[in-house]
Amino acid sequence: MTSQITTAEDLQEQKKKKSFLLRTARSPREALLQRVALGFLEFTSNKLALIGALIVIGLIIVAIFAPTIAPFDPNEQNLSIALQAPSSAHWFGTDEYGRDIFSRIVFGSRITLYIVTLVTVTVGPIGLAIGAFSGYYGGIVDVIVMRITDLFLSFPSLILTLAFVAVLGPGLEQAVLAIALTGWPQIARLARVEALTIRKTDYVAASQLQGASDSRIIFRDIIPMCLPSVVIRVTLNMASIILTAAGLGFLGLGAQPPAPEWGAMTSTGRQYMLDSWWVVTYPGLAIMVVSLAFNLFGDGLRDVLDPRSN
Amino acid sequence: MKIPSMPGRVGGVIRFVVTTIITLLLLATLTFFLGQVMPVDPVAHLVGPDADYETYHATYLRLGLDQPIWVQFKLYLGRILTGDFGTAFLTGNSVRADVIRVFPATIELGTLAVIIGAGLGIPLGVLAAVRRNRLSDHIIRVLTLLGHSVPIFWLGMMSLLLFYSHLHWVGGSGRVDIFYEGMVPTRTGLLLIDSVMEGDWEVFESAVRHIILPAAVLGYASMASLCRMTRSFMLEQLGQEYIIAARVKGLSNWRVIWGHAFRNIRVQLLTIVALTYAAMLEGALLIETIFSWPGFGQYLTHNLLMGDLNAMMVCVLLVGLIFITLNIITDLFYKVFDPRTAR
Repeated sequence: MTSQITTAEDLQEQKKKKSFLLRTARSPREALLQRVALGFLEFTSNKLALIGALIVIGLIIVAIFAPTIAPFDPNEQNLSIALQAPSSAHWFGTDEYGRDIFSRIVFGSRITLYIVTLVTVTVGPIGLAIGAFSGYYGGIVDVIVMRITDLFLSFPSLILTLAFVAVLGPGLEQAVLAIALTGWPQIARLARVEALTIRKTDYVAASQLQGASDSRIIFRDIIPMCLPSVVIRVTLNMASIILTAAGLGFLGLGAQPPAPEWGAMTSTGRQYMLDSWWVVTYPGLAIMVVSLAFNLFGDGLRDVLDPRSN
Repeated sequence: MKIPSMPGRVGGVIRFVVTTIITLLLLATLTFFLGQVMPVDPVAHLVGPDADYETYHATYLRLGLDQPIWVQFKLYLGRILTGDFGTAFLTGNSVRADVIRVFPATIELGTLAVIIGAGLGIPLGVLAAVRRNRLSDHIIRVLTLLGHSVPIFWLGMMSLLLFYSHLHWVGGSGRVDIFYEGMVPTRTGLLLIDSVMEGDWEVFESAVRHIILPAAVLGYASMASLCRMTRSFMLEQLGQEYIIAARVKGLSNWRVIWGHAFRNIRVQLLTIVALTYAAMLEGALLIETIFSWPGFGQYLTHNLLMGDLNAMMVCVLLVGLIFITLNIITDLFYKVFDPRTAR
């Protein structure tokens, strides 16, 4: 970004698009647009992050068009072709019921995306709100919230998730709920730290002097400022959500058969693994690629949104 | 668990103790609450399906289930303090005896994994920081990112497939080959040490062949996070002015890196290593299932899958206790070894 500023003079004579990015913003909306555009340019210049973003977009496309992409019905059994090695007909081979593994992985992307989206949509706002309130009000509320998050963070996430699953029972929805229940403290912690520093700023004091209510200050002044770091955290969390969900599926506590959940697929394929390597290899690869993509994407997002990380 | 900044030594100690006690109480509350809402009737579980009403009711009263909830909570706390966790449905032993029996296997596995992870991760992290944005940095970065992204149970299966099934380099599942089982008397519970104490090298070799693969897989996961942290700690130090001063003095690159920069991150690293050690329990959960490793993780998942939720909750409580204890210890480490926080 600095290089663009130093060469501002030369660039201004160039294209209109560039000059839009560099001129002084004339309205708040223009300033926002400029920042988004600059961030986009910076993000796309980071190759690894771009690859991550492309894989994530690819995952979404595959999930939407799963019935068109998959050559076979993911649940159609045909025992006469059970455990066949990868071939031109069955790209990733077939499993113990003769189901096409490629088609199952394609449909499994829907489950993965479903879990990630649902957990993120619940955990992000709840964690943000709890953290912002606790940081803004401080005092006894803050102490209580922080002790509770301490407790949650003092567990490895999979073990606490298992404890919740034990109560809720196995199943996809229960797994989502359990992962969400263990996920919010991280976000709340982060938002609280941000809120603590923001509440001492002059513009919050100005709002207070003008008679703004607490909830107005929290929603209009504090939460928007917490957003960047929370968004980064949430994106990076997506990778670990995928791994936790796959772990639950592997233990038989996530999505139930015959759902083509990737973790569950590796788990059922385990007994055939020694003779038929493809049964476990491809679902596991799918988990790894997607979680790697979210990691790369999150890293790139952090470089753009969080100037402190550099 | 971060302890807030401490004004005054005595005040600090009191605050430290109070926050620790509150966290422990909350931990007990959480497991108690989960035990309460569990869809399992603890009485039916104890007396079995054929018990008559009298027996059922007597047990119901004995467990204190007719008492108000806070009295039950007090009873629960008492049971935690005395270590009386009832009988495990699966083995018929007391849960306490079971946990004592299975824990050493996990400790053995986890310790070796952390040694592998720290032994590789820390030097690689330093290297990556020193060679920032060079080829070696990128390679290390990809390696660590993969370590963060790979599902550990899958990595375990793949390595079993390759190194055990195809190459026959290592032993398969379990702690030792089946015919060596029980050959060495249990002293510490750590099979590697027990077999050395007994002087039984055959068993030792078999045990090494069995532990090396799960430990390496777990170690890779911990290497990834350790390497990443080491790199960022080192980068922070290498940007400081005292490094420039050391270079201006004409010290060798080696002494600047290891004698100056690395010395300053040792305490931070120790904390991270301790936390990685605790996080190992999570990986152990899945890895022990893959390798049929008779440890804590397998015990926990077996109990969960067999529906013995009491024994499972005891395991969860224990994991929480271990984590909180390790956090306290690392906090103390910080205070003892880092002059900036010792004050």
